[in-house]
Amino acid sequence: MATEPTSRLPARASQARSSTDHRADRADDDLRDFLPGVESDRQVTDWGRSERIEGALDATLSEFLYRYWFRVEVEGIDNVPADGGALLVSNHAGALPPDAPMIAKAIKEEHARPRPVHLTMEHFFKGYPLFSMLLPKVGGVPAHPANVHRLLFDEEQLVLVFPEGRKGSEKLYKDRYRLRRFGRGGFVAAAMRARRPIVPIVVVGAEEAAPIFAHLTVLQRLTGFLYFPLTPTFPHGGLLGMFGYLPAKFRIRFLEPIPTTQWGEQPWRDTALVQTVAEEIRSLIQDQLYAMLAKRRSIWFG
Amino acid sequence: MNARRILVTGLSTYWGGRVAQTLESEPDVEAIVGVDAHDPTVELDRTEYVRVGHQHALLRRIVQAAEIDTVVDTRLVVDSTTTAPRLAHENNVIGTMNILAACSGPESPVRKVVFKSSAHWYGCEQDDPAYFTENMDRPHPPRAPIEKDIVEAERAVHAYAQTTPRATVTVLRFANGVGPTLRTGHTRLFSLPAIPCIFGFDPRYQFVHEDDIVGCLEFVARNDVPGVYNCAGDGVLVLSEVADLLGKPLAPVLPPWGTGVAAGMARRVGIRIPPEMVQQLKFGRGLDNRRLKAAGYAYRYTTREAIQAHAEAMRLRPLLRGGEEPYRYEREVEEFLRRSPTVRNRPEPRWRRPKADLDSYEGLDARELIDLLPSLPRPDLEKLGRHESANARRPDVLAAIGRNLARTRPVTGRE
Repeated sequence: MATEPTSRLPARASQARSSTDHRADRADDDLRDFLPGVESDRQVTDWGRSERIEGALDATLSEFLYRYWFRVEVEGIDNVPADGGALLVSNHAGALPPDAPMIAKAIKEEHARPRPVHLTMEHFFKGYPLFSMLLPKVGGVPAHPANVHRLLFDEEQLVLVFPEGRKGSEKLYKDRYRLRRFGRGGFVAAAMRARRPIVPIVVVGAEEAAPIFAHLTVLQRLTGFLYFPLTPTFPHGGLLGMFGYLPAKFRIRFLEPIPTTQWGEQPWRDTALVQTVAEEIRSLIQDQLYAMLAKRRSIWFG
Repeated sequence: MNARRILVTGLSTYWGGRVAQTLESEPDVEAIVGVDAHDPTVELDRTEYVRVGHQHALLRRIVQAAEIDTVVDTRLVVDSTTTAPRLAHENNVIGTMNILAACSGPESPVRKVVFKSSAHWYGCEQDDPAYFTENMDRPHPPRAPIEKDIVEAERAVHAYAQTTPRATVTVLRFANGVGPTLRTGHTRLFSLPAIPCIFGFDPRYQFVHEDDIVGCLEFVARNDVPGVYNCAGDGVLVLSEVADLLGKPLAPVLPPWGTGVAAGMARRVGIRIPPEMVQQLKFGRGLDNRRLKAAGYAYRYTTREAIQAHAEAMRLRPLLRGGEEPYRYEREVEEFLRRSPTVRNRPEPRWRRPKADLDSYEGLDARELIDLLPSLPRPDLEKLGRHESANARRPDVLAAIGRNLARTRPVTGRE
């Protein structure tokens, strides 16, 4: 469902500038003082997020799943910074991944200073009817590097990315808890550019909540979805079968934030460094996953 | 360098006419020449109108003869519902080429070119960023004919800027305009009983009020701000919010697949939804307007306030219909009034911008003062706030100053 920002960084329109144009070179400068103010009468943010719809969903479905269905247990919530931007990075799984709303709900419920989490999503969802309308309303933001940068640096928000992207959510049940490639490290570059910390998150339970047994390519082509999974309840359970989660026990562990300011000036230009850091974060999450799984006695009771 | 002798192209367009009107009231502007293929549509006091063809071929002679130092080019057609495609192309591509040719050459007196472009330059695609900044490239090649025109025209302007370092070149990319008098493809859509939209999509929209369009053009004509600037009101609304503010229902009648075909059929019943509008109704667009704000321009309307102002004007429109004669340009009358020795009372400029010192605010009552506040830059607002709280302490004025200050304040503080 969600992915890391992979599309290319905003390129400079080199032909657009004359040599006398100094102001154009200040594009990366700090324009935070000029952010638009908050219009208090509005119920929708500039990103298209609707307080009303998000609140309604939060009070019903998320609440039920969080408390009674998945019985989420949270560790290390204090590792999420109380203010300032931070990039949350997590493993990703499940046909219609339940990990994203549960992480957002955990921060809302357990954190001393709850804040909304912006969830990056594949550009596909912006172009597909209904998804395009609903996902931004509950906090979805297209995974464009410029969006992540604006949220992290300018607006000081929490952004949740799944570097595995669809490779994580479409993997079969037999491959569970084996992390896919962490994209091309775009999430590390984004955090470095914004000079904001990365908070790795480990989620156990999502793999068993919505396991995928096979992919139905014919139906995938017909519907134009990203992938068309066969799960315990979908597609034979109808559209609602997409939400047919099994009651696996969820554990979410927030790891210590990794600062991104220790690598000097413009570290995001060093591709090798970006790749190394991304790989280190990946293996950190993978190790923690194995450690948590080794202690888990039952899929359903934890 | 301040503009003193100004040429405004596209005088008959809404923007051209309003910009000329505004510049007329500036005392240090010596001369304003307006050119267009059609007669002006607003009343002008001292702007000289010269009729030219759509290709603007003879402009060079006018520029040389009148020693124009600033060209404000408001003529670009950015709304394909108002002009036939071929005429739009002629105007946008050939016209731009000729206007730039008129401003180039070693002995050209032109020192500044202001080019009114459109956010259609960016297009609307699935993988767009939520906010376009000026240094981003268009992610995909243009699709709609009007977008191709705009991209090509702007390319010519950038080439001119590179080869002519003595000239300050400013390009303004405007978001969709709204306002009481502005007629565009979108305002026509908004005047329908229900606003047609695409099923399953709720795009993000940003608008700029017509007064801000004029304000931005005047600001860059009067100040030296080279480069490209986005012009859009603060705040991005979703279409359902826009419909709500207009008090109209949304009609999701366009199908998500084959929208172009359906839009073609809608044209038969008189609803024109050109390709670039289909893309916008699907994916929406947001602009980062902070660079122009950093350069010193203060928007008078947020996107939401622009839509509210538009809604109010739309409610009044049926009541005002037929009440007032629209302005008609009569060359002989204008010539007589301006040149004939018989005329003794030459028309006075209609309004003057109030000076930004505290004394001139003393004479205003609370209502007038509150109306004025959005046009003030932040330091003046702060000064006025201190002055007001020290003296008159009118609660409504103080509250309005607070509101306007809050608008220029960032959402979150710095670390």
